[in-house]
Amino acid sequence: MAAISAEIAAQHQLTGEESETIRRLLGREPTWTELGIFSVMWSEHCSYKSSRLHLKKLPTQGPRVLQGPGENAGVIDIGSGYAVAFKIESHNHPSFIEPFQGAATGVGGILRDIFTMGARPIAVMNSLRFGSLDDPSAGRRNRHVLEGVVSGIAHYGNCFGVPTVGGECVFETCYHGNPLVNVFALGVFRRDQIFYARAAGVGNPVIYAGAKTGRDGIHGASMASAEFDEQSMNKRPNVQVGDPFLEKLLLEACLEAMQTGAVVGIQDMGAAGLTCSTCEMGGRAGTGVEIDLARVPQRETGMTPYEIMLSESQERMLLVAERGREEEVFQVFRKWDLDAVTIGRVTGDGKLRVQDHGVTVAEIPNAALSDEAPLYRRPAAPLRRAAPLDGPVIAPRGPAQLAADLGALLASGDVCSKRWIWEQYDHMVRTNTIQGPGGEAAVLRIKETGTSIAMSLDGNGRYCYLSPREGARLAVAECCRNLACVGAEPAGATNCLNFGNPERPEIMRQFIEAVEGMGEACRFFEIPITGGNVSLYNETLGEAVYPTPVLGVVGLLKTRQPVPLHFQTPGRTLVLLGGLLPNSADQLERRFGSSQFAKVILQQLWGLPPALDLDYEKRVQTAARRIVNAGLAESAHDASDGGLAVTAAECCFGPAGVGADVLLDPVEPWPDHLLLFHEAPSRVLLSVESRNLPAVLTIADEHRVEAPLVGQTAAAELSFRVYGRELLRAGVESLRRQWAEALEARLSG
Amino acid sequence: MKLGVVVFPGSNCDHDAYYALSHNLGKRTVYLWHQTEDLEGCDAILLPGGFSYGDYLRTGAIARFSPVMRSVARFAASGGPVLGICNGFQILVEAGLLPGALMRNAGLKFICRTIHLRTETSDTPFTCELKPGAVLAVPIAHGDGCYHADPDTLRRLRQQDRIVFRYCTREGDADPRANPNGSLDDIAGILNEERNVLGMMPHPERASDPLMGSTDGLRVLASLACWLARDSRQESARLAGLVRHTL
Repeated sequence: MAAISAEIAAQHQLTGEESETIRRLLGREPTWTELGIFSVMWSEHCSYKSSRLHLKKLPTQGPRVLQGPGENAGVIDIGSGYAVAFKIESHNHPSFIEPFQGAATGVGGILRDIFTMGARPIAVMNSLRFGSLDDPSAGRRNRHVLEGVVSGIAHYGNCFGVPTVGGECVFETCYHGNPLVNVFALGVFRRDQIFYARAAGVGNPVIYAGAKTGRDGIHGASMASAEFDEQSMNKRPNVQVGDPFLEKLLLEACLEAMQTGAVVGIQDMGAAGLTCSTCEMGGRAGTGVEIDLARVPQRETGMTPYEIMLSESQERMLLVAERGREEEVFQVFRKWDLDAVTIGRVTGDGKLRVQDHGVTVAEIPNAALSDEAPLYRRPAAPLRRAAPLDGPVIAPRGPAQLAADLGALLASGDVCSKRWIWEQYDHMVRTNTIQGPGGEAAVLRIKETGTSIAMSLDGNGRYCYLSPREGARLAVAECCRNLACVGAEPAGATNCLNFGNPERPEIMRQFIEAVEGMGEACRFFEIPITGGNVSLYNETLGEAVYPTPVLGVVGLLKTRQPVPLHFQTPGRTLVLLGGLLPNSADQLERRFGSSQFAKVILQQLWGLPPALDLDYEKRVQTAARRIVNAGLAESAHDASDGGLAVTAAECCFGPAGVGADVLLDPVEPWPDHLLLFHEAPSRVLLSVESRNLPAVLTIADEHRVEAPLVGQTAAAELSFRVYGRELLRAGVESLRRQWAEALEARLSG
Repeated sequence: MKLGVVVFPGSNCDHDAYYALSHNLGKRTVYLWHQTEDLEGCDAILLPGGFSYGDYLRTGAIARFSPVMRSVARFAASGGPVLGICNGFQILVEAGLLPGALMRNAGLKFICRTIHLRTETSDTPFTCELKPGAVLAVPIAHGDGCYHADPDTLRRLRQQDRIVFRYCTREGDADPRANPNGSLDDIAGILNEERNVLGMMPHPERASDPLMGSTDGLRVLASLACWLARDSRQESARLAGLVRHTL
């Protein structure tokens, strides 16, 4: 066997030291196939070599956790004998190179992670980041990426038959060359029917099922572990092509095969395809797996062992069946017109042995691929201020200007209605969607129990850029607050950590800070993170994206019609649970620099994210949950992007178009724009019938939470007054038009 | 009374239809696998929504060749009621049980939203308990729902009172903005000449449970059950109650 030259190692993104380790572990030169196997298993995407050390800082255990990180998805107990499996994953790199297929296969991959566990997927959500749509030079490309990603998600999810029930979509210049496509999926099953990705039982057959293997997606995992340059478009063949129809058949066949009792273990072939599934299934069970590639169903002729092992063709599964019961499994796959063949067996030697027509082409101890994988404590630079601490002096603004500001914020990319996006998603199929996209959180009933699941995804790259730790804490708080607004108790979470090149010490610092901040907040709210995904190297030509940790929180509530976000009736009292400015007024101007107002109106970024007091936040959430669950509020909406003014406006955009007369009496004379648009967390705007007001205030009091009365809902106008002085007044319908039509106008522009 | 929901590879509203019929309507319901020709003595057949055979080639184009469709055609010819929803409508059209064609939506995009339908006729098993003009709020979710037919066919559909549902405003008025997919004459659902086969793009099974925000779809399913139960006064009275009941 020829020695690995430095050049070949570099092509496989292996360092000199890593090549040396491979030689040491094998006690010889690797074969070409082995080199390929090491390169994908040791890629950042599969090995988490830069992030693993720090991920240990996240809480992963809790009373409801049935399965934490390490399997295909985390699992939590939802009671009545049922459980949910959920996870979020990124498909950033492929979605930039080929938006439609990149996003589509992102959905496909996460769905397989869910049904591999035995759960039937019942919901998908997504968190998307794109470059600015209005940018004179890059806008066209960004619009193309957005449209491609959205139709890719729609194509896959709609055909598969899983509702896409919500998410978020944010625009920043830093995502120009590096959009983020994070897809979350959740499935439901009986808690005693969880399947694991373990190749247990020496002598048991290893079965390949689903689509045939082709040359698509070879080295996809390595691609996702490098930054982009001018040549990136040449990587298009690395992007896989998805077939949602085949995946639907695979879902039904896998769930049915599991019912036979003949399935011992199962794992999907995702990143690093056959390589990853064989060595991981053996590794988890402490066994070995031996396969012969000649038996692998192939779509093309003349594929080399290297290509077959590294192919990332979609819609494939690897199963281990009980010896002698293969036929029961085959029968199910035949019923669904799918290939299923025995390609090998479980061995007792702890090795991955790959043969091609009986000739061994790779033989690697599983431990060498996983336990011995490189683990880096990458250097981290001291935290550096990303933007100036102080912003511009903002001159006082009159009513007309403030009304125009509100309109501009409502029409801005991050705030405007995303209906154009989510109407392309089937968000109702499976008839569980009690509250779909556009609500505070998505709420799905579990038909088998009296429980519903509430879900929220949140991340704020802008906050994290200014302070990764604070930003991550704020994301956790916002997710939990969204759940509180629909009356749900957070039960578990999954995270997707999108960062730049970890080999740069300043990026590594961002990563560590964000993980620690997220860990701290999750511990405080007692929500275990049961799995997730790290996506590094989100850079193009040396420009990293904002540090963008995205969190998905899953909560539980009793099945019933949830409290809406929108005002229902004029004349109700407005209660701002949490108060006008919770926490300290300290550095208010500096903390305004991360707001949507600073971004959209001033086009600047400075200072710090909003201040967050975790203890106060938790009390606000507990109070909000109690109020909502007692049926005391007619509507509930948390204040976030765009501050109180945008929040109140969003509450007006329900079918009834009810407005509000907001009366503010701050204890200090803050500037009007701060009062309206600052983004302090820990605030929920409620509309309350007067007979329920005492009970609402009592609950607020019990949790030592401020609850000023801030006016009333009204007919078709939204107005704000401070000590009786009018700040702004606008018609609900005109505001709604600006908010509702902005995205489509931008896309057709 | 026994109702059958056909399952093609790629059907994905089969569970929803089953749940609406069995749980919300309270009728005995069975799944019928596409490979079978045995309709198991069902009194009505429902072809559910989804992407049968991935909608490859053309929506519904491959499903029509399934063995079960031979039986469905015979069942329909003998007067049995058949309801095709969304992809089911597309299959009925491809199978020649209903005239016309369903093309790509005018906006070229998949659309999922709740729309309004005006009931145009009561003279069907599916709307017998509804009043003409009744406006129903029912979701749509399709990429290929733009109904098209040649002028002769359209004339016959109108003359023979075979247009069962039209897209309309909340108030029940015709309005181009209320037509989500560009369908000819705002058509959302049509009958065969014998009036026992209905194809409709909107999803009544998604509006059959108070938790889903509308029970107008259940009024259609309950009408059908009422028609099937016309010999049993007690049961048809119960079902007629479901038709009248709205959220």
